[in-house]
Amino acid sequence: MKTFFELFWVFFKIGTFTIGGGFAMLPVIRAELVDRKKWISEDEFLDILAVVQSSPGPIAVNTAVFLGLRIYGFLGLIAATFGAILPSFVIILMIAALFQGIQNNPYFIAAFKGIKPAVIALILVPVISLAKKANVGGIRFLFPVGIALSVAYAHVSPIFFIIAAMVVGNVWFGRFGK
Amino acid sequence: MIFFELFWTFFKIGLFSFGGGYAMLALIQNEVVRIHQWVTNSQFADIVAVSQVTPGPIAINAPTYIGYQSTGTITGSFWATFGVTLPSVLVTTILFVFLNRFKDSPYIKNAFKALKPTVIGLILSAALVLMTPDNFSGWQSFVFFAAAFAACYKFNVSPITLVIVSGAAGILVYG
Repeated sequence: MKTFFELFWVFFKIGTFTIGGGFAMLPVIRAELVDRKKWISEDEFLDILAVVQSSPGPIAVNTAVFLGLRIYGFLGLIAATFGAILPSFVIILMIAALFQGIQNNPYFIAAFKGIKPAVIALILVPVISLAKKANVGGIRFLFPVGIALSVAYAHVSPIFFIIAAMVVGNVWFGRFGK
Repeated sequence: MIFFELFWTFFKIGLFSFGGGYAMLALIQNEVVRIHQWVTNSQFADIVAVSQVTPGPIAINAPTYIGYQSTGTITGSFWATFGVTLPSVLVTTILFVFLNRFKDSPYIKNAFKALKPTVIGLILSAALVLMTPDNFSGWQSFVFFAAAFAACYKFNVSPITLVIVSGAAGILVYG
């Protein structure tokens, strides 16, 4: 039962500090689940990210569902998903009911002007360490860079690259082995 | 029955949006502004602004807000959020069971070998998308960026601490 509450609490923190959507939660997930709790390895973390990208809906929920199941089965799914959603739900309701127009508050705007560039840095740091661990350094780093540019600026769907990678991986590694 | 309609509308949105929050916003706008007219266009713009600058995934924030705005009740928020979450839970669970069953298959292993560099690219693209003039206005924002990068990369400061500190520093610098 300890794991149940730990999972809830970890994903509650992830839900609270995911600012700016999608991958902004990634550094928090990595710090909490890989580095601190050591529930999953860095290698597995990358595999799981591929899976949650291929599933529809909010990525934070997909991640909570997958990791919840992986760490503590069905109860883990409940704890992690509920934890990830609850902070959003409570904060948004408070704003909608009590603090309409908070997005125009000067202190609020000032805080977020500080947070936004920091969040970008927080997303970039794991890119470097993950690339080292996954042996995608040096000239091979051009692969992820090419993918990143096509997704960010040519608006190619991430799903396209995920499917392409599954096909290419089987053709390449199937033929040449390890 | 508005609650069921909220649930069903967000269930469809959840099921057909891939790539998280930003990808979902266009679908939400089409359904809630154009088809159902639960909120006006300018209300929708406010909802997006609030969802982006409050903690939590945009894909959860926006449905919660729209559920409240359209019904004036927490029950509306509940059904909209439940609707957008349910397809995620179902599809991800199916993927989990499938992968657990076939994880030793050479096809799955080969796929994951190629998926690693791909996912690193997708994370990098998330950072690129956020590098807008809006988020980097003035030299101070580059200092924020560099300081956060160094603190995280060199000194292993936790992301949660960095978010809190950079928010406080933002108030001091810009407030």
